[in-house]
Amino acid sequence: MAAAPEEKQTESLERPLLAIDSLTKVYPGGTRALDGVSFAIRRPEVIAVIGSSGAGKSTLIRCINRLVEPTSGSILLGATDIVRLGAKDLRQARRRIGMIFQEFNLVERLTVMENILSGRLGSVSFLASFTRRYPAADVANAYAMLDRVGLAGLHDSRADALSGGQRQRVGIGRALMQNPDLLLVDEPTASLDPKTARQIMRLIRALAEEGATPALVNIHDVALAQGFADRIIGLKAGKVAFDGPVAELTPAVLTDIYGAEDWSQTIRRESEEETSA
Amino acid sequence: MVQRPRADKAAVSAGVQKRYPEVWRRHTPRETVTNWLWVAAVALACAWSVSALDIEWAFFKDAHEQAIDLGQRMWPPRWSYLPSIVAPLVETIHIATLGTAIAVVFSIPLAFLAARNTTANGFTWALGRALLVASRSVNTVIWGLLFVAIPGPGPLAGIAAVAARSVGFLAKLVAEAIEEADRGPIEAIEATGAGTFQTYVVAILPQVMPVLIGTTVYRWDINVRESSVLGFVGAGGIGIYLYASINQFAWQQVLVALLVILVVVIASEAVSAWIRERIS
Amino acid sequence: MSAGPYPTVWRAPSFFGTRARQQAVVIAALIYLIWSVSTLHIDARRALAGFARAADLFARMIPPDFSRWELLLKGMTESLQMALAATLAGVLLSIPLGIAAARNLAPRPVYLAARALIVTGRTFHEVIIAIFFVKLFGFGPVAGLLTLALSSVIFLAKMLAEDIENVRAGPIEAVRATGAGFWQVVVYSVVPQVLPRSVGTAIYRLDANVRHSTIVGIVGAGGIGQTLSASFSRYDYDFAAAILLAIIALVALGEWFSDRVRTKLR
Repeated sequence: MAAAPEEKQTESLERPLLAIDSLTKVYPGGTRALDGVSFAIRRPEVIAVIGSSGAGKSTLIRCINRLVEPTSGSILLGATDIVRLGAKDLRQARRRIGMIFQEFNLVERLTVMENILSGRLGSVSFLASFTRRYPAADVANAYAMLDRVGLAGLHDSRADALSGGQRQRVGIGRALMQNPDLLLVDEPTASLDPKTARQIMRLIRALAEEGATPALVNIHDVALAQGFADRIIGLKAGKVAFDGPVAELTPAVLTDIYGAEDWSQTIRRESEEETSA
Repeated sequence: MVQRPRADKAAVSAGVQKRYPEVWRRHTPRETVTNWLWVAAVALACAWSVSALDIEWAFFKDAHEQAIDLGQRMWPPRWSYLPSIVAPLVETIHIATLGTAIAVVFSIPLAFLAARNTTANGFTWALGRALLVASRSVNTVIWGLLFVAIPGPGPLAGIAAVAARSVGFLAKLVAEAIEEADRGPIEAIEATGAGTFQTYVVAILPQVMPVLIGTTVYRWDINVRESSVLGFVGAGGIGIYLYASINQFAWQQVLVALLVILVVVIASEAVSAWIRERIS
Repeated sequence: MSAGPYPTVWRAPSFFGTRARQQAVVIAALIYLIWSVSTLHIDARRALAGFARAADLFARMIPPDFSRWELLLKGMTESLQMALAATLAGVLLSIPLGIAAARNLAPRPVYLAARALIVTGRTFHEVIIAIFFVKLFGFGPVAGLLTLALSSVIFLAKMLAEDIENVRAGPIEAVRATGAGFWQVVVYSVVPQVLPRSVGTAIYRLDANVRHSTIVGIVGAGGIGQTLSASFSRYDYDFAAAILLAIIALVALGEWFSDRVRTKLR
């Protein structure tokens, strides 16, 4: 695991970590959720995807690991085009992509430990997952992960006994147990109170940095996005309306993405955010 | 239904001053007619049924006398018969328990086959549904009739009959639970790169577990009751002794058997209710 | 994620609380299994021979013989008639029994007596009840009709009593407060609350009666069950297969109909 960052860095010189090209998704009803979305991630960074409801944020993230089938376009994760993979290869590719959900999506009746270890499902046999006998290294890593996300000692609690913030920590732990090359994060804070939301965003950012893992984060809250992201992608009606560093996000850009509104209150400087936290 | 107060409104809006209708009806005339048509159809169907059955009403005249006579012949219960029906009684419970256990094992794959969101394709779904319907539509006793023809009379046929009927019962309810399972965790587990069966076991099975346990216990309690009559077709249990006693007109033994069945069925119902209350 | 002195083994907490208790449960289950199977006197040779016999039986069932469709139709019609008439009788008689078994309406002794009747009646399988009616009224559909009617009364009364017990107390008090008598209370505050559910229950019972009507014939109480039983005892397996298919079709149809009507009523 220690060698991973260097590898990723050298790779980034040759090809992007993730390259999305003219990705389009048309739902059966005819709704064009994504319309020729293209962008690339060249270095480990946290990218916030913003846009109003229905702009295609969730569809974009779900197309990348094909929880939603894209209609056309390509998604290159390293050298593999995810769009063209068969079922078996798709599972291999999904192992390299960690995902964190708005509603946490834990298996509520299972323990925290089982939920964390479910991040390893891609690399254990069916029998091992059925009997819950995971490899020793996975178990040790899972304990370490619980420690890291601040849930030490809760391994035998049932997931439905946890608070919202704790559940999202389990969700984060599960995604990172995959040791992913890419993190997909779908509205991680929308079901949490403001204080917990900031703690969760800080944790996601810290863990992404530790693993040198690029993270693509759908987020409603523009202030949070500015506070924790390196780069912003703005979606509008299924198209990329803005793609640039946080500093370039101006009221004019927000007006373009969301429509007219007084944005001066929303835009705050990162330093301001950190001190107020 | 929406137009119910129309009559009153019409009277008021017609400008008739303060002249309220003197008759109030709950239903509009049209509703009344449809309701009566339904009642008439049901009544006709029932009348046809009763008349077509060719009931000899004369039989009913002395029915109460016969019933009292039968009651007198049953009393007092011959308790000396009790020891000889303990073993068949235990066998009855075994038939119910083992049959239910076998049914659980087969019902899980069948439920996944018959649930829309986990079945492989349209054909497997139709197959699953067909098996469900066949299992559920044939009563335990009729399954018993069928199985007695296969391994021969005895408890084995009873176990097979109970299992054959219960598989469909359990699988139907579990399949419904699978279809209603929360999509979120399933999506999350799929996103980790887990295989299809891993997703079933890790994300779906824990969600349907309470339903599976609850319906199993509930079905076990029904099966105890069903097993009490499997002996009538030769499929083991206390039914054989009850049937034999009835055919020998040994009414005092019949009463003992009935009382014993009463106790066991009520006890199993209580056990089942207690377990279901604890798990929910 | 610094590697620390973390445990490398983790076992899921037991469903039964502690691990020892879980093992105890597993061992108890195994002992039960061995004990129960051993008391059943299962003859392995005979059981194995059963497979061969099953194949033979299956071969003789195919193709199902529908040539005696008149006999089949007569049995099916009789079953259906028994079910219909029994449901009607059940609905009518269950009303007084249901009211008597409702804790919030009936006086205590009446309530207890009605409940005792319901508990006893529910315990006995339809086939047991049928055999008594056969003894009283002779072979034929009358015994079957009475059996189904009796179990319908018990079932419907139980459901009705539960529905009555679950009605909201407010309207009852309100009507009582107007000085209404017992039957006026029933008609004005209980019936409107209970009726929609009761219609649904009655239709469910009709469906259940169709299913049960196929078995009372086993002991000679008429209907398709009697035809089926006779065909089995004559080793007339291809006709039996035809009857079974017809039963499956009728029951599936009845269930579909009952589901449809009940969703429409809701």
